[in-house]
Amino acid sequence: MPKSSREAILKNIRTQKRGTPPPLPETSRFGTTYEDKVKVFQSRLSDVGAVFVECDREGITGTIREKYPHAKTIASLIKNDTLANVDLDAVQDPHELKDLDLAIFEGVFGVAENGAIWIENDHNRHRALYFIARHIVIVLPKAEIVDNMHQAYERIDLSQSGFGTFISGPSKTADIEQALVIGAHGPKSLYVVLV
Amino acid sequence: MKNHATLSAEFVKDSERMHWHDRALWYVRQKRDNAAKAVPEWEELRALASQIKAHTMENLDHYLETFEKEARKNGVAVHWAKDAEEHNRIVYEILAKNGAKKVVKSKSMLTEECGLNPYLERRGIEVTDTDLGERIIQLKGDAPSHIVLPAIHLKKEDVSAIFHEHLHSEEHNSDPTYLTGVAREHLRQKFLSADAAITGVNFAVSETGAVVVCTNEGNADMGVSLAKVHIACMGIEKIIPRMCDLGVFTRLLARSATGQPVTTYTSHFRKPREGAQMHVVIVDNGRSAILHEEDFARSLHCIRCGACMNTCPTYRRSGGHAYRFVIPGPIGSILAPLKQPDRYNDLPFACTLCGSCRNVCPVKIDLDHQLYRHRQEIMKRDVFKEKKRFMKWIARLMQHPMLFTLVGKTVRTIAPILPKSLLYHKKNVWGRYRQMPDFPKQSFKALYKKERNAKKQ
Repeated sequence: MPKSSREAILKNIRTQKRGTPPPLPETSRFGTTYEDKVKVFQSRLSDVGAVFVECDREGITGTIREKYPHAKTIASLIKNDTLANVDLDAVQDPHELKDLDLAIFEGVFGVAENGAIWIENDHNRHRALYFIARHIVIVLPKAEIVDNMHQAYERIDLSQSGFGTFISGPSKTADIEQALVIGAHGPKSLYVVLV
Repeated sequence: MKNHATLSAEFVKDSERMHWHDRALWYVRQKRDNAAKAVPEWEELRALASQIKAHTMENLDHYLETFEKEARKNGVAVHWAKDAEEHNRIVYEILAKNGAKKVVKSKSMLTEECGLNPYLERRGIEVTDTDLGERIIQLKGDAPSHIVLPAIHLKKEDVSAIFHEHLHSEEHNSDPTYLTGVAREHLRQKFLSADAAITGVNFAVSETGAVVVCTNEGNADMGVSLAKVHIACMGIEKIIPRMCDLGVFTRLLARSATGQPVTTYTSHFRKPREGAQMHVVIVDNGRSAILHEEDFARSLHCIRCGACMNTCPTYRRSGGHAYRFVIPGPIGSILAPLKQPDRYNDLPFACTLCGSCRNVCPVKIDLDHQLYRHRQEIMKRDVFKEKKRFMKWIARLMQHPMLFTLVGKTVRTIAPILPKSLLYHKKNVWGRYRQMPDFPKQSFKALYKKERNAKKQ
């Protein structure tokens, strides 16, 4: 009887109406803005346990190779990435990514106030990529940094991809006596390449 | 059944551990303070959140229906459950239909409230809680004592012993990094072999039909992005109208909960991934009834950050288990008596009315006022008979000055010569932890008269 439960719940909600509700407040143009967004963003990245480097587009491959010299299996969402040796489109089942050493992908934009990077990729077949790899690298254009989460959500609707996530640093936990441990289930490190 | 006071008394017996617990939570509270202070517009942000929630609750039917419509358009199956039993049945039926035998679950206080784990386990399904704190609790056969930090009552030595017994970790190695590593390997196998993933929902966005799940460990994402079936369980109050409202709530949630500027992963699920199913179960289980309670309806604004617990002087010194309800602390003490008035009528009294919870609440719930309202309502009911009789007796005494003077005189004369066993009789609750003051020779009235006469002369 799922239908009747739906009606019962909605009916019970409707009978409690008390009159005019307060209007929805406007939230755009709200929130702190920064003079030097990039600098604030970089400092937040360090706070949340990420490591970053600045380089130009040509230097991306070199800096990643240098940072992860021992990575054997590498998957990348960046077109024609010479580092990649796993063909993501050929992978049928995300479980096959279980031993992935490194995943490389682009961030859409970064948020200065908290060091979060918005990840949304219409063409990625495997959402698991962002979480299952031992280490991840996010390539992010410096020009794409917003001040705060209010500005961030003006750019998000998920209508194409159906999935998007803010990633702020490597996976972490403090569930044992409040001691911060990096690398809970997901990536043990996050390397941000700012271009 | 033991009440909060009795269970707290047991908790404080181990004074060292009680102080350790107190300090651990106070540390989280301080981190929250620093994070809040770093945002100049913090108070305006709280006001916005409060307004959005108030607006949403008054239009909850509309926003739920829109959410359902949008979610269906996105290819998400939406289910409605009026109570815990129906919720559990729906989840089980989805699992059974898909032949799922192994399930990974990220943190969800709702499934805890509904008793989903035992329900599924009785039907032969293996459920693994994947949040580290929850996994520790699950292995121990314990209940969470906090909504954000489920294992806050355990020391690392306890965790070490639990892992040694169940996961064969090194004996007496209680290094958190080592223990987390053991859990990582253990849980990775669970993620890789799971047939379905269950998550809670932090926010459900009406205008897009998307649900948002926040974790630091990435456990929700690991589960959902590998298993063929994703079931997201949410209470009706998790709805927010617009995507832009997420800007307000994501800024408040992690800062209030742990003092982080944002959770490590804030994941937005709008459509099922290729070849997988996504289900959302919308659960009432007593919530719509709370909407009718004018004084308590605002308790549904709660975003489950746990800040009110971390700051509560009672919670920090009693532990979460003393509350016996799925949600402890100030917010739990409001919700529990609404669900089961007789069982939990002690909880609103486990409070000093200091108001600290109201000051830290990111959505500005008037927690202390609601607790006070609960007390007034509870006192109207047929409870605490002895106390009420005593108060009635005192009132009568005060209405008769002659009698009052006489009783005062008698007590002043007799009390000092009474044997201790009688003076500190177990009915004298006040005297249980305190020494009675010396009785004065004269009453206040006599003293006052004397002073006045002295002045006149």
